Amino acid sequence: MSDIHELIRLLGELDDDLVGCMRCGMCQAACPVFAKTGREADVARGKLALLDGLAHEMIKNPEGVKERLELCLLCGSCQASCPSGVHILDIFLKARAILTGYMGLSPVKKLIFHQLISRPKLFDSLLGLGSKLQGVFAKPVSDVLGTSCARFHSPLGDRHFPHLAAKPLHKLQKELDEPKGSSGLKVAFFPGCMADKVYPQTALAALKVLRHYGVGVFLPSGQACCGIPSLSSGDESSFETMTAINLELFEKGSFDYLVTVCATCAATLKDVWPVMLRDPELKVKAKALSGKVLDISELLVDKLGVAPIEAAHNGRKVTYHDPCHLRNSLKVTAQPRVLLKANPDVEYVEMAEAASCCGCGGSFSLAHYDLSCEIGQRKAKNIVESGASEVATSCPACIMQISDMLSQGRQEIPVRHVIEVYAENLS
Amino acid sequence: MANNAKIVKDFEAIVGAGNVMTQEVDLHAYSYDAAVLPSQTPSVAVRPTTEEQLAQVVRVCNEKGTPFAVRGAGTNLSGGTIPPKDGVVVLTGALNEILEINEEDLYAVCQPGVITAKFAAEVASRGLFYPPDPGSQAVSTLGGNVAENAGGLRGLKYGVTKDYLMGIDFFDLNGEMVTSGSRTVKCVTGYNLPGLMCSSEGTLGVFAKLIFKLVPPPRASQAMLAVYDDILNASRTVSAIIRNKIMPCTLEIMDNVTIRTVEGFRSAGLPTDAAALLLIEVDGHPAQVQDEAAMVQKICKEEGVRTIEMARDAAHKDRLWQARRDALPALANFRPTCILEDATVPRSQMSAMVDALRRIAKEYNISIGTFGHAGDGNLHPTITTDKRDKEEWKRVEAGIDAIFKEALSLGGTLSGEHGIGISKAKWMVDETSPATIEWCRGLKAALDPKGILNPGKMFWG
Repeated sequence: MSDIHELIRLLGELDDDLVGCMRCGMCQAACPVFAKTGREADVARGKLALLDGLAHEMIKNPEGVKERLELCLLCGSCQASCPSGVHILDIFLKARAILTGYMGLSPVKKLIFHQLISRPKLFDSLLGLGSKLQGVFAKPVSDVLGTSCARFHSPLGDRHFPHLAAKPLHKLQKELDEPKGSSGLKVAFFPGCMADKVYPQTALAALKVLRHYGVGVFLPSGQACCGIPSLSSGDESSFETMTAINLELFEKGSFDYLVTVCATCAATLKDVWPVMLRDPELKVKAKALSGKVLDISELLVDKLGVAPIEAAHNGRKVTYHDPCHLRNSLKVTAQPRVLLKANPDVEYVEMAEAASCCGCGGSFSLAHYDLSCEIGQRKAKNIVESGASEVATSCPACIMQISDMLSQGRQEIPVRHVIEVYAENLS
Repeated sequence: MANNAKIVKDFEAIVGAGNVMTQEVDLHAYSYDAAVLPSQTPSVAVRPTTEEQLAQVVRVCNEKGTPFAVRGAGTNLSGGTIPPKDGVVVLTGALNEILEINEEDLYAVCQPGVITAKFAAEVASRGLFYPPDPGSQAVSTLGGNVAENAGGLRGLKYGVTKDYLMGIDFFDLNGEMVTSGSRTVKCVTGYNLPGLMCSSEGTLGVFAKLIFKLVPPPRASQAMLAVYDDILNASRTVSAIIRNKIMPCTLEIMDNVTIRTVEGFRSAGLPTDAAALLLIEVDGHPAQVQDEAAMVQKICKEEGVRTIEMARDAAHKDRLWQARRDALPALANFRPTCILEDATVPRSQMSAMVDALRRIAKEYNISIGTFGHAGDGNLHPTITTDKRDKEEWKRVEAGIDAIFKEALSLGGTLSGEHGIGISKAKWMVDETSPATIEWCRGLKAALDPKGILNPGKMFWG
């Protein structure tokens, strides 16, 4: 599509959603990007006005609108605080797809999404190779944080990034299809790309906890990415391909819940798949699956009854960062904290602004690293000031971002997934 | 605009290129505020980061004769921050420093772009209290609050923004600093310019520094929720509370339409058959609070309340407040367009106004949910509609006309706290007089001979 009239027609289909914004501007209080730039075009109200302006031909610059639209973490803070209940994330994702359809996907993204991520086997073997070669390009910075930085000038810039796992989860753990365990429950497990390829210890901790509680596990091999990186770049076709692979895999099992250790994956499976899929058959399947999606902490606290125990006062201090997609999309805030308080060696401390975004936003941090860092450094500061000797959170992307921020500030405070902290005390 | 390129260069020289916006997409985002009105895209937006830069920006606009509007958070509900045609938008967002909080003399000095709620929180952390609490306080700026004389839920007992503005330094059209007011409790040095600037809607000067009075916070409070079968009884309760010399810090009403909409929104178990709810809170010394809460309870019973629930603790208080907090979001969720009015009547006329609103809703076949500050007669009749439905929109406009006519006939005012701006300018003469309009226009012309400072507002309906 390169026809401006078609672009306007498609944006017009968003009108029923766009008209709900009453321009009250309350999103200014919630938006981490606006907090840094102070520009109205960067906050949800401004972005919605731009889409409305483009749809009603008051603006003639789709490229400019696309650029502003992409300066967004998709954290959902605006939507969570919107008095009119506007479905801002749905609008943004649909608009990104419409505008990308009009302008086309960049060649690099096309290569990555069409030829790589949407082909799980190829993706796995390429990253397997990458894992063996990474020492050549990266040198370790912090053992505590597990971060490295580039040896040479690289597209990753000054980042302190984690290593690819020497052995990804799919090499460490064969596929599973167990019967219901002693708990009477069986769950499907969706580790997501990060817990498979970068942080397999997180996925292993989750599996250990599930075994401990007698929960049967269905873990099919060949899982694809949840699709959100493609979709947030406006690439609906790769998103649809990956979702189809996953839906087909999970259709083969029978289970009570589908559990993840990644807040972003959970929000994508639960909220994004049912809304954004175009294929009617896939949509029906996604809707059926949506009600079963749980973060691992929800399963343990709400379904298996894990409760806090007497707080240890001589334990190590651990604080918690709320991943946006867990807090804003799934409305899960209490359960991860309960898991931390259920570890007798932990003294839980709340950090200031625990609910504010870490600044990662997936590909946002690639395209707007400076802004991403500005937002992330505030998070790092709050962590340091909390006096915690360890940070826990529920999203591998947050773990990566926060580790980068702490590592750059030479703060050796390890960042781990909540489930790892909880699992360490189980036999 | 002919001098666009030149003025952009001038601005860039003052504030740096990064703080001047000229692209269509950036400018479109400053074409509106929170009022339901047509938008108007400015030709440039400029973001000064120091007081000196602000003065220079004003000077340049004046030299070029370019109209401009000053904008804080853009939450105005009457179109006061919608920029003039081919005009400049001057953003105050970067002038966001709290310059001083004086705990001995009980005042604070702020730049105009400080966020209201952040200021109130900082003041509270010093054990003091800044009471004005407009609904938009989480994002609104103090400069905007002063320009609009913003009110809020605490108006009845604690007053509104004007009651806290002790002094103001502002730039005239030449970018020269005018200072007024003082850091002292008493000050009669010259004209009461803070009084003139407060609710001037950005038409007389450009604010640089604001001096606010601070007060000690109340030590205790008691909230209660009263349910009525007849809105007249609710209204009589309000009058009786005041007649008994009790000044609640909150005295809020919600009518049946609002109750039902809120219950549909949250399912909190509100009585959907009730005609009205009153949320009442008294505060002050613990003994006084106890005493007054008992009196309020007694008055409610005398005036035929169905039930009254007293908050037992902080969590319970929070639950009682939830319905009132939900009022606007619930109505806003109900239909695509939500028009929040603020016609205000003398307290004694509140039940007559509520009756009239019911009649108007029926006559024009529009949906009006009414809630608001019963204690000060500042109601928020909220019309829920869809502005894309042209036929319905006509009825809405006629209904709004009728609301203002009614408020004025009851001895009330067009606007309790949202301002006149563009949306209510046409009714100004009905509340005041032709001579008033002329006098104000004369004042404006003397201070702003080129008519470039937020033109077209208030007296040009």
